[in-house]
Amino acid sequence: MSETAQHSAHHIDVKEFHPRARAAIHNPQIRQNFRKAMDGLMTKRKSAFEGWDLETLRDLGANIRLRALANLPDLLEQLEQKLTENGITVHWATDGDEACEIVRDICLARNAKSVIKGKSMVSEEMELNHYLEEQGIEALESDLGEYIVQLADETPSHIIMPAIHKNTEEISQLLHDKTGTDLSHDVEYLTANARLQLREKFMNADVGVSGVNFAVAETGTLCLVENEGNGRMTTTVPPCHIAVTGIEKVVPNLEDVTALLALLTRSATGQHITTYFNMISGPRKADELDGPEEVHVVLVDNGRSTIYQDDELLDTLRCIRCGACMNHCPVYTRVGGHAYGTTYPGPIGAILMPHMVGLDEGRHLPTASSLCGACGEVCPVKIPIPDLLVRLRQESVDGDTVHPAKVAGHGAKRSTVEAMIWKGWSWMHARPGIYRLGTALGARFRKLQPGKIGGWTQYRTAPKLAAKTLHERMKERSQ
Amino acid sequence: MSSRDAILQRLRHRSGGELTAPECDFSVLDRPEWTTAEKLDMFEQTIESVHGEVHRTTESGWIDRLAEILQSRGAQSLLIAKDHEIGQALQSATKGREDLPHLLIYDEPVESWQETLFSEVDAGITSTRGGIAETGSLILWPSVDEPRLMSLVPPIHIAVLKASELYTTFHQAMQSQGWATGMPTNALLISGPSKTADIEQTLAYGVHGPKELIVLVIE
Ligand code: SF4
Repeated sequence: MSETAQHSAHHIDVKEFHPRARAAIHNPQIRQNFRKAMDGLMTKRKSAFEGWDLETLRDLGANIRLRALANLPDLLEQLEQKLTENGITVHWATDGDEACEIVRDICLARNAKSVIKGKSMVSEEMELNHYLEEQGIEALESDLGEYIVQLADETPSHIIMPAIHKNTEEISQLLHDKTGTDLSHDVEYLTANARLQLREKFMNADVGVSGVNFAVAETGTLCLVENEGNGRMTTTVPPCHIAVTGIEKVVPNLEDVTALLALLTRSATGQHITTYFNMISGPRKADELDGPEEVHVVLVDNGRSTIYQDDELLDTLRCIRCGACMNHCPVYTRVGGHAYGTTYPGPIGAILMPHMVGLDEGRHLPTASSLCGACGEVCPVKIPIPDLLVRLRQESVDGDTVHPAKVAGHGAKRSTVEAMIWKGWSWMHARPGIYRLGTALGARFRKLQPGKIGGWTQYRTAPKLAAKTLHERMKERSQ
Repeated sequence: MSSRDAILQRLRHRSGGELTAPECDFSVLDRPEWTTAEKLDMFEQTIESVHGEVHRTTESGWIDRLAEILQSRGAQSLLIAKDHEIGQALQSATKGREDLPHLLIYDEPVESWQETLFSEVDAGITSTRGGIAETGSLILWPSVDEPRLMSLVPPIHIAVLKASELYTTFHQAMQSQGWATGMPTNALLISGPSKTADIEQTLAYGVHGPKELIVLVIE
């Protein structure tokens, strides 16, 4: 855990959420790009579920995920056994660094110089691209959004639409600068050029690395959801395919994916289904004419087994990475994905990242929410995100008195002054006489109230104490 | 201890104690039994809404229809299976007629002709194991005879679907065909041409896979 935390920390300081958020809020381009995209996605999601008994479907989604988590160790063993029977090699990694090393070793054994990648958030978690580059292995993203982000030397700002923070003009300029395409606002033209360039790369890549949406224990099947076909290319064209996945992605039965798929694509982009639903259950057989001769799966823990220990935090592991929570989040929509400085932004990031980077690093993440509840309402697997945000806020200042704290770096936000103020507050509220005296004094001397109260008045006016206390007003009323 | 054992041990000795697995009721996925005609209408409507093209035709008429479609696109070459009845029918049909493009048979490992496949083949035709009305999806199980790349690399993918093999939902298709008892190395649902919306949410087709998906429905 701590190694991974350091590994990711030297790129972006997660703690610096506030200055980044402030800059994003004052950037009209970012505001406009996100607003437009998120509004569209919310509308599409809504219409995609028309005619469905959405609550019942979400219950099913939640139950499928909960059932999988309830049997997680057994399912992982079953998955490993089935995959192995199918001719797929299984590897286990406790953290991102170990997962990177496993991928490197597979590459070295094949003398591989170039890796082409399908979209995988776990590989972002691992920072695989940087790692491979350091090892002298070229790693190229092939999902168009990821490709754009990689050319710009940035990270994805959304888990489903990595380049959503950029508009056509910016992308056109970037592609022109980096790949020599003509400056153009014609998206067809830009896309066609990317197709040409990436086809070349697919043909020459030694290894394809992809993520996994669902791993089915019953049949040893890896399921990938995508629209572009780059995922199919990645998993079919190079002679070796490595799939990296979090250990929580396993489900017991093939049947389970039908319900999860119905929820995933509709929640994510408002599609009934994506163009491709790709189910891989083995490498190329001796008589087959295409497909990779070797398939590997890397099961990555990276903090997940820690979250697994706690009954509440465990719910985070239900996530199917649809992105609906960020699409509907008023904070995410305004500050965009990069402000968070984490692999996973938005509400899911705010409840997942503290486990990965610790609450000292990720102290501000659970507070990047108005607790409006939208994320919890749209989550297709009913993760109680607002409750978890509150729980993590609590752990970041205290934790031990309520729960034995679980998350690394708990208590990092604790300030003695604040703790004393709250102590005084609860002491006063438990004593009616003193409470009345206190509020009455407050009302009398309200002119002395400071006009600025720290962070609160940076964006808001200070609340003013009323001239009369509630008790006094109630008394007047009843007279 | 290996990472594997360490991870499994942590999961097994969960500090919160044993978890109980809830029941999963899949009936929310059930749909009323639709007639073939209804399923076909639904399939057509759904796949066309995502830029797929459907042509209703017959056992005796599909080759003519295919020829027209390919001619209208100026396709010079068509990738076919060696043994499948579709490939066989095309191989014998082409002898007597001029209006079909040059036929290429996928009968060699891709490594020996990858360049050609990637840059010179205009269209590929495959069979399907049925379709799904609700989502407008085609079920493909690539095989020795119809390898994976046939439906992916050429700019036009033509899929032949028997109307009688339409299912209402994915769940129904999977259960009826007994997928859980054994999966092929690769199975696919294809629901439209390859597309992306990664540049400012503007749809563009054919980003990596086929730009066009044409379904010949045999009624
Ligand atoms: S937390 Fe829920 S809404 Fe957010 S990405 Fe995960 S599954 Fe989707």
